[in-house]
Amino acid sequence: MKLRVATVWLGGCSGCHMSFLDMDEYLIELAGLIDLVYSPVIDVKEFPDQVDVCLIEGAVCNEDNLEILRKIRERTRVLVSFGDCAVTGNVPAMRNPFGDDNRTDVLQRAYIDNTQDNPGVPKADGIVPQLLERVVPVHEAVYVEYFLPGCPPPAARIQEILGQIVTGQTPKLTGPQLKFG
Amino acid sequence: MQLDDLNALVAKHVGARKKIVLRTCMSAGCMSSQADVIKKNLEAEVKAQGLEADVEVRRVGCMGFCGQGPLIGVDGLSAKEKLFEFVKPTDAPAIVGSLKGGACDVQAGNPDHPFFAKQMRIVRANGGIVDPERIEDYLAAGGYQALHQVLTEMQLAGVVEEITKSGLRGRGGAGFLTGLKWGTVAKSAGAKKYVVCNGDEGDPGAFMDRSVLESDPHLVLEGMAIAAYAVGADQGFLYVRAEYPLAIARLQTAIKQAKQLGLLGGGIFESPFNFNVDIRIGAGAFVCGEETALMASVEGKRGTPRPRPPFPAESGLWGCPTLINNVETFANITAIINRGGAWYAGIGTEKSKGTKVFALTGKIRNNGLIEVPMGIPLRQIVEEMGGGAPAGGQIKSVQTGGPSGGCIPAAYLDTPVDYESLTKLGSIMGSGGMVVMDDATNMVEIAKFYMEFCMEESCGKCIPCRTGTAQMFHLLEKITQRRGTARDLAKLEELCDMVRHTSLCGLGQTAPNPVASTLKFFRAEYEALLQPDPHGPRANGSVKTAEAVTP
Amino acid sequence: MAAKTLIIDGKEVSAEEGATVLQVARDNGVKLPTLCHLEGVYDVGACRLCLVEIAGTTKLLPACTTKISEGMRITTDSDRLRKYRRMTIELLFAERNHVCAVCVSNGHCELQTLAYSLGMDHVRYDYIFPKWNVDLTHRMFGMDHNRCILCTRCVRVCWHIEGAGTKNVAGRGATSKIISDLNQPWGDSESCTECGKCVMACPTGALFNKGTTTGEMEHDRDKLEFIVNAREKQQWLP
Ligand SMILES: Cc1cc2nc3c(=O)[nH]c(=O)nc-3n(C[C@H](O)[C@H](O)[C@H](O)COP(=O)(O)O)c2cc1C
Ligand code: SF4
Ligand code: SF4
Ligand code: SF4
Ligand code: FES
Ligand code: FES
Repeated sequence: MKLRVATVWLGGCSGCHMSFLDMDEYLIELAGLIDLVYSPVIDVKEFPDQVDVCLIEGAVCNEDNLEILRKIRERTRVLVSFGDCAVTGNVPAMRNPFGDDNRTDVLQRAYIDNTQDNPGVPKADGIVPQLLERVVPVHEAVYVEYFLPGCPPPAARIQEILGQIVTGQTPKLTGPQLKFG
Repeated sequence: MQLDDLNALVAKHVGARKKIVLRTCMSAGCMSSQADVIKKNLEAEVKAQGLEADVEVRRVGCMGFCGQGPLIGVDGLSAKEKLFEFVKPTDAPAIVGSLKGGACDVQAGNPDHPFFAKQMRIVRANGGIVDPERIEDYLAAGGYQALHQVLTEMQLAGVVEEITKSGLRGRGGAGFLTGLKWGTVAKSAGAKKYVVCNGDEGDPGAFMDRSVLESDPHLVLEGMAIAAYAVGADQGFLYVRAEYPLAIARLQTAIKQAKQLGLLGGGIFESPFNFNVDIRIGAGAFVCGEETALMASVEGKRGTPRPRPPFPAESGLWGCPTLINNVETFANITAIINRGGAWYAGIGTEKSKGTKVFALTGKIRNNGLIEVPMGIPLRQIVEEMGGGAPAGGQIKSVQTGGPSGGCIPAAYLDTPVDYESLTKLGSIMGSGGMVVMDDATNMVEIAKFYMEFCMEESCGKCIPCRTGTAQMFHLLEKITQRRGTARDLAKLEELCDMVRHTSLCGLGQTAPNPVASTLKFFRAEYEALLQPDPHGPRANGSVKTAEAVTP
Repeated sequence: MAAKTLIIDGKEVSAEEGATVLQVARDNGVKLPTLCHLEGVYDVGACRLCLVEIAGTTKLLPACTTKISEGMRITTDSDRLRKYRRMTIELLFAERNHVCAVCVSNGHCELQTLAYSLGMDHVRYDYIFPKWNVDLTHRMFGMDHNRCILCTRCVRVCWHIEGAGTKNVAGRGATSKIISDLNQPWGDSESCTECGKCVMACPTGALFNKGTTTGEMEHDRDKLEFIVNAREKQQWLP
């Protein structure tokens, strides 16, 4: 049976997914080895059950991120933190040092101070999720099996770890392949 | 000055003493409850009641029973010493009146109380008896005889030998053999050597050294002078924290007086031996008690530790061989010289000789300073001298060694107080802080308190201590706020091991002790606070979710 | 000077008396991680990454400040040492705000390189996220406290190579901070000679030349080495 693989995009810039697509012809090979059951690049609405591997891009920034992440953890055997935002919090977490009010402050800055037309923080309960007090890396919220750092991780690095996974090896990156940034 | 001149001076001083002495404690503890006003009122009252011919009011140092202070001791009235406790400035007329048989409802203390009776006073022999601001008083109590003996009758090596024979170990915390240290400095080559007295005393709750310096400054100066002679130094530094202004003032007075009488300075007792002492005031950083940081501070640099070796004995102040000892260590020296190393070695246990001063505080009836022979069971200190926990409480644990020490559970109260036994229990003798805790105390909170102290006092030089203590504090906070999981506890234990083994100086190396010892004896209290993670047993921790954001 | 024989990681080597364990290790091709060590200035033994095991003592000792002695048996690599080193690096990343992706030193950073060579794939400790500022008041250089690891290399080169004494450490513990003069904005410093040696010495992106952007800041260690060689050995040509 083919591995059921998912990728998910939380608080990140989608650069990691772009880098994923940069694997070019390996994608075709990969398509023969896995079933991509959930991903921003395919049109599935609900995260499925019984997923073998899920790559998670992005930090945990809002309640929606947290909720889906917990669901993913329940339904997935192996989680891989995919890219620096997932591994370290990275750029999205740069609001954390601004203290307890950082959520209010960033919203104020983005939606009121720096807008010309219709300033105002979008508010729609149940549709626009609330920001968490602090942005955290994925492993601070749920257990994560493997880590794939890089901002974004170069395609070769993604290919390396996926290659290890599909051939049944324990994923392991060493040396410069673990470089952050 | 020769000994004869000195003795004549003493005879004159003693001759001028009056029949009855009202000893007024004027150490920091009692001073904070207006002891200075009490003394003034007593003096005025003595005059008013026409007792000037027979009664003198004497300023003395700490009597030890500080929790009952302000204290007044009365000598010469009856065969037995009388004691007044919790004295107020308005009590002066009644107290003075009582000398003539008048009624007096000021609380009378009991000098036979186990708190006093079980003590053995070597370091604190003069505490509460002599006037710390009058060298004549110290001389009358036999002061500077040991220095005279050393300078006139003993060889350098003989002094070191006597200290070695006594088995005295450093009272600054680590318990290093003092004789061995003196011998090393004496043997170190160098034209210039220094003697340093460590009076930084930064442990929270500790005030042994302050009390010795305030109550009997000459005892420490004499100890330093003897040490200087033995190791071949001619310059000493007394490092005292700025928070001890009274100790500093009394030391300054003491140094001036000793110089006037030729007991410090050039040609002491008209011998070729010179010894000057200067005071250096520390800004109150705990780490400046660590010897290499202290020396950097004396040199005028930022007080941070450096790796040892080289040890100060080989390369200390300005690269010269330097002897550094604790206040209490120096305070033991004259007794050893006067009564012999063998006498001293007869007190205490096989490996821990002599006495130790403790600051007994916490959930206990009788707070104060005690000096006890080494090897005394902890139970005697806590239950008999300290009177046990205040009404309703049950003793749970005794903390020794401050932020570098550990918590000894009540089940081990029969442990003898000596270096090895305390270390075996995961605590240390330390410098003498002893905090009693009752059953209302949460041990995880205690561990957190000490970790916060270490985190804030870390000098910041080395990574494991600077950031390790911050992470450990964070983990403890998470646990006490019921946000921690088993994984956090495991991380805490791993950090304990790492910080202990990789930190540069003793602060970091011992910072994990309070956590490690409470984990050893009170692990259940930690575990009771842990949260099962709602996101499965493999989850790393919990995330604080947001309340609504409304900018 | 007398030669001493000793054993590093099972290999017998000889070295001049007075040498440090680190020098001997490097001379013999033994790799040891270091952060606070910098050729040309005295060692402080602060980062604890170069700790080694030495037979006969239970204490781990820093290779950079420990002098060799005859017959010394040194182990520079063990599971325990590797674990402690990785923890040390993780603690550093959790301590301040390292965001390699947007750092001037990305790709040329000693901390970053050490992290991956020690196998750090993530940081297990909670990030502290303290608030630190960036001092951009100097005409030529910038200082980003978010990326400072307090190795004090800048302080040492400033005092002992340049002799200006501008840089110093203020504060205690995790709030320690590299300052200029008496904790003034760097641009207001009257003692700074604008020599740039601190920038050359910095292992991370904390000190940088103004105008460099992400990944552009390469710290020119060769220049420092040249100056030290010229001064100590009178070698003016590389
Ligand atoms: C963090 C730290 C704080 C210390 N504080 C003191 C102190 O306040 N007083 C003291 O005498 N020794 C203190 N010490 C111990 C000294 O480094 C040194 O061992 C001692 O002064 C030696 O004197 P001794 O041999 O008489 O004990 C401290 C050590 C450390 C690591
Ligand atoms: S262990 Fe702590 S106090 Fe000691 S040098 Fe390191 S940071 Fe400073
Ligand atoms: S200083 Fe180094 S480790 Fe820190 S953010 Fe910059 S590149 Fe990364
Ligand atoms: S600014 Fe750079 S060189 Fe200076 S202490 Fe910080 S990291 Fe080290
Ligand atoms: S301070 Fe007065 S008895 Fe201790
Ligand atoms: S390089 Fe030796 S302790 Fe930093």
